[in-house]
Amino acid sequence: MGAIDGLILGFGHALTLSNLGWALLGCFLGTAIGVLPGIGPALTIALLLPITFSVSATGAFILFCGIFYGAMYGGSTTSILLNTPGESGSIITALEGAKMAKNGRAGPALATSAIGSFIAGTVGTLGIAFIGPIVVEYALMLGPAEYFMLMVLCFVTVSAVLGGSALRGLASLGFGLLLGLVGVDLQTGQPRLTFGVPELLDGVNVVLVAVALFAVGETLYLAWRHVEGPVEVRDVGRIMMTRSDWKRSFWPWVRGAGLGFPFGVMPAGGSEMPTMLSYFLERKLVKPEHAAEFGTTGAIEGVAGPEAANNAAAAGVLVPMLTLGLPTSATAAIMLSAFQSYGIQPGPLLFTSQPDLVWTLIASLFIANVMLVVLNLPLVGLWARILKIPPPQLYAGILVFATIGTYGISNSIIDLMLLYGIGIIAMFMRRFDFPVAPVVIGMILGPMAEQAMRQAMTISQGDWTVFFTRPVSLILLLLALTALLGPHLYTAWRRRGA
Amino acid sequence: MNRRQAGTGRSGTGPDLAAALFVLALGLLALWQTAVIPASPIYAQVGPQLVPYLVSGFLVLIGAGLVATALRGGWSANIEELRDAPPINPRALGLLLAALLANLVLIEPFGFTIAATAQFVLVAAAFGSRALLRNLVIAFIVSLSAYGLFVKGLGVNIGAGMVESLVFGAPF
Repeated sequence: MGAIDGLILGFGHALTLSNLGWALLGCFLGTAIGVLPGIGPALTIALLLPITFSVSATGAFILFCGIFYGAMYGGSTTSILLNTPGESGSIITALEGAKMAKNGRAGPALATSAIGSFIAGTVGTLGIAFIGPIVVEYALMLGPAEYFMLMVLCFVTVSAVLGGSALRGLASLGFGLLLGLVGVDLQTGQPRLTFGVPELLDGVNVVLVAVALFAVGETLYLAWRHVEGPVEVRDVGRIMMTRSDWKRSFWPWVRGAGLGFPFGVMPAGGSEMPTMLSYFLERKLVKPEHAAEFGTTGAIEGVAGPEAANNAAAAGVLVPMLTLGLPTSATAAIMLSAFQSYGIQPGPLLFTSQPDLVWTLIASLFIANVMLVVLNLPLVGLWARILKIPPPQLYAGILVFATIGTYGISNSIIDLMLLYGIGIIAMFMRRFDFPVAPVVIGMILGPMAEQAMRQAMTISQGDWTVFFTRPVSLILLLLALTALLGPHLYTAWRRRGA
Repeated sequence: MNRRQAGTGRSGTGPDLAAALFVLALGLLALWQTAVIPASPIYAQVGPQLVPYLVSGFLVLIGAGLVATALRGGWSANIEELRDAPPINPRALGLLLAALLANLVLIEPFGFTIAATAQFVLVAAAFGSRALLRNLVIAFIVSLSAYGLFVKGLGVNIGAGMVESLVFGAPF
């Protein structure tokens, strides 16, 4: 099905009163939770997951779209008003945005990030609608061997290429892969890595791990580093952008969106790189009369560009997630596990077997995007008030809801122990600069990779060379090796040259 | 510059080494758990043990690499964010861990509301809130309304106890 037909179908389903209601609820909740300091989109979705338990699949995914985009919006509000970015993608927004807020220009900074997010979200969602079906066509030609190598490439890029150190990233990945292995082996029925604990036979829940990493671990780390003192929330002031603000924001929005989307689509899936690139680009391209504002009073270009890049990248991540079933960010991994809990496996077959669901989802992304820009500009005062919840009660509330999310899944005390245990590990991971996103991605992709590998081996009747003799598989393997070893070889080569 | 980095690096070696050893130990633990996976009676090209062996072996290798890095001066000292971070706050961390423990111990015998209230009050205290009575009231209201929302509104059971039975009637 082509993009246009698909969108017509999708909008037909999404524009019913009840589905619009789910989208609105999702946008509202997503922004409200996403605005809380330290809560990024991944945790927002994980915390709100129990709400979807009693909703039908279509309604739940529309709700997710709203939550997903809403959490992105909420996160940028926090980074501007509080200078505490909730996820890596909004660190750059905080750079200039917090400076603008400090100089009484919080309103225009929020407005440019809201409108920039809208433009980027629209570009990104159009990208999903038009590129998605093309990717699906190619994806249907991939066999298990190619799929396995694609996942290996994914593992390498999310853990070794992004972040501070390949070794620590890979250690996080390994931890995630281990967690994914716990439980009964689906092919042979043997219990694996369960330590004889019967509760572990069903495996470790992905949502539990995400909440442990992002909520419990983060709160523990904040307590570790806690220094008494008041938190300063900047006043929003007038939200209106001047004519010059519009003129200065327009091209950064467009360039940011254009930069962010391809980065999101690639299996590297990071939002750090495009936001940083966009920041440096805008800093280079800024008109000389505004150049001095960068790093001092805060330049609006430095908010508009990176914020658009961040949102476009986040939308781009949905392309590999929906078409290949490959989550390349923690947020996408949580969404994938939500799909799985409804017995739906995203991937190329989903487009052909359940086109209604896929296209309703894509249409809902458009709707959520429009709702958010309409909702956020007038409601920004309300979001700023949420930020004024004092930190002690805020963190206390976060932990209570983290418990609900976990205990509600299984009513098992073992799960609570796991939640807190993994939370303590996550605290040490923060302390020693191990990235947490590879844990979630390894955990959800690991079992899928194992399944693909076993299928490939069954088809080839135990012949290992299948991974090297199929051309696409070999190319993917070489790409993964380049991504892993390339930087080291490059440094070594430069050192020899010097 | 180089010398100073080496100097601060040495002081960071101990903790970094401990973290590296933890990764190594995790790998070895997984290796042991893999070894006790019963061999499958079902014929398969790839048995249930292969991937766990690969993953735990991989983790052991990475752990060894981290140990080597830690012995050469570690990495924490070279990361600005970690170097400039305030020191450990034992009071806050202790109270927070107590909060987690309280919830763990209380939730089965006394139900969600009491456990969550205790947890809330302890966490708030960890982050420096001294209004004990006010927090107790907030905590109770938040927990009980969350319980009402999830159990009665969404049908997600999160653990009933005395308080819940009093307010919402006997569970199911």
